Amino acid sequence: MKLLLTFSRKGRSDPGREPVIARVVKETGVLINVEKANIDSMAGEVLVDVPDADADLVRRRLEEAGVTVRVMENAIARDEAECVDCGACISVCPQEVFSFDEEWRIRVSSERCVLCGKCIQACPHGALSQQG
Amino acid sequence: MEKSLDLINARIRDGTARVVTAEEMPGIVDELGEEGALAEVDVVTTGTFGAMCSSGAFFNFGHADPPIRMERVWLNDVEAYAGIAAVDAYLGATQEAESKDRPYGGAHVLEELVAGGTVELRATSHGTDCYPRRSITTQLLLEDMNQAIMVNPRNSYQRYNAASNTTDRTLNTYMGTLLPRCGNVSYSGAGTLSPLANDPGFRVIGGGVPIFLAGGEGMIVGEGTQHSAGGGFGTLMVAGDMKGMRQEFLRAAVMNGYGVTMYVGVGVPIPVLDTGIVRSTAVRDEDILTDVIDYGTPRRDRPSLAKVSYADLRSGSVEIGGETVRTSSLSSYRRARAVATELKDWIERGKMELALPTRRIDMTKRARPMRETAVTPRVRDIMNRQVISITEDEEIRVAAKRLLKDETNHLPVLDENGTLVGIITTYDVSKAVVTDGKLRQVKDIMTRKVIKTTPDEPVDVAARKLEQNNISALPVVDATNRVVGILSAIDLGKLFGGRRRQ
Repeated sequence: MKLLLTFSRKGRSDPGREPVIARVVKETGVLINVEKANIDSMAGEVLVDVPDADADLVRRRLEEAGVTVRVMENAIARDEAECVDCGACISVCPQEVFSFDEEWRIRVSSERCVLCGKCIQACPHGALSQQG
Repeated sequence: MEKSLDLINARIRDGTARVVTAEEMPGIVDELGEEGALAEVDVVTTGTFGAMCSSGAFFNFGHADPPIRMERVWLNDVEAYAGIAAVDAYLGATQEAESKDRPYGGAHVLEELVAGGTVELRATSHGTDCYPRRSITTQLLLEDMNQAIMVNPRNSYQRYNAASNTTDRTLNTYMGTLLPRCGNVSYSGAGTLSPLANDPGFRVIGGGVPIFLAGGEGMIVGEGTQHSAGGGFGTLMVAGDMKGMRQEFLRAAVMNGYGVTMYVGVGVPIPVLDTGIVRSTAVRDEDILTDVIDYGTPRRDRPSLAKVSYADLRSGSVEIGGETVRTSSLSSYRRARAVATELKDWIERGKMELALPTRRIDMTKRARPMRETAVTPRVRDIMNRQVISITEDEEIRVAAKRLLKDETNHLPVLDENGTLVGIITTYDVSKAVVTDGKLRQVKDIMTRKVIKTTPDEPVDVAARKLEQNNISALPVVDATNRVVGILSAIDLGKLFGGRRRQ
């Protein structure tokens, strides 16, 4: 399951100044896969992948540490009214989220998405957007 | 055996015509043979649904009171061509809105109208004795127009080059997003369903033939602009009444970094008159070949990276230089199939009868490049031939002195054979000085990936390199990578000072 973590780094005691992810890995033994991280002097946003069974535990621990956690169930949303099933999204996606089904309809394997945003830009019909 | 069009139309009228899509035809020919297929099938329907930039519509808005002779016309802030009579205008699909806060263009206006939405018409005039009014603003629906006739100068390409990109940066093109270092291939066209691929000899596709156009009934006017059937790139000019069209088959689109375009659904019904037509409609994706072109070359004639078939392209990946590269389609096969299927339904229900061309399209014609009467300036015309350079083993101090003495900011770095291996700038030298001073030689600080140009390159292309890479000079190299000049941003000024090649 993908979790999107956001945290502040402004104050000395903010979670972003602490090795929160490493601490949760050490305490829980859950292997957390960091898929994307964007951290600057003021704030951070990290996308992690964790086994479904451990997601609640990891989420609870991170929240206790002051991190805002959002479960990314449908990271990328496809507007069926706008999509014409062309396939422009397929080859620009580094994660192979998109493919054709037998009927040449676009199939979205949203769980693979790492929110890079390439497909959103590449879609000629503005049919793709990032959740929430 | 041969079959007449009259017989086919009689069967359409009494509901007994056998109509199949171009996708079904190869299998039928395999099973029944050519003669068998000719006896069995009366009509093959084709279809395509993709980006067709060369599209637009003529409108007649009716006269206002007092009347106005519209000189400039905008529909939802998108300018239409009004140089035709008082209340006529042509709106092109790729024309973009004046206020550019979001990508919005002619295609969006056309889609809005077909979807039943209201569009704001604004027009201005200088006023005449017979048309005194100087401006007008009004809200219009499609049904309010006397005519809304879509006339698309170039639709339904026979096939289209696929696109890839060998450069190091992502390109935003009319062929979509092209990832660096051949990271993907993008293509367009419906392959086996493509109208012109099913009649490459233009035997039954020509002027006057009824077609499916964006969900309504239309017709082929004749050859399209840039028609080049001699090279396998035939095109069609088509027309149809917008009032019969549907949003499902007419969609505005935006190619990121390129601009507005319009997706149009076109389907042509093909009467199966003889075995020649049976053969041409039995075409498969495997039979339709195209080139993968390097869009990284910003020139008219771009090199081909690979020859592939539509079967290869539609398989999801192709081979380029031994590497497997994923493909993306820009046109929708699913919707092309919907076009062919709906057209089939029309004919089965007797809604559309077929006609032979009243005007034939030339299958040998080739489009020519533009005749340019002014010489396009090349890098060699304005480059500086006095190149101050340095070798990679020199001390940084030497480089600094040379930069100072020759009042230049760029030193191409050469190896012992005189070929280009790097470049250093005054910035690199300054940086080396203020850091710890451990870096001693030119090769420690030089940029090894040099952005360069050639004497033959058009100045416009070189100027774009400077701009995109935020740099101020380009070494000019010959075919063996030896430096023959340097082009700086300052040299570009020569173009305006009359020092052009005579």
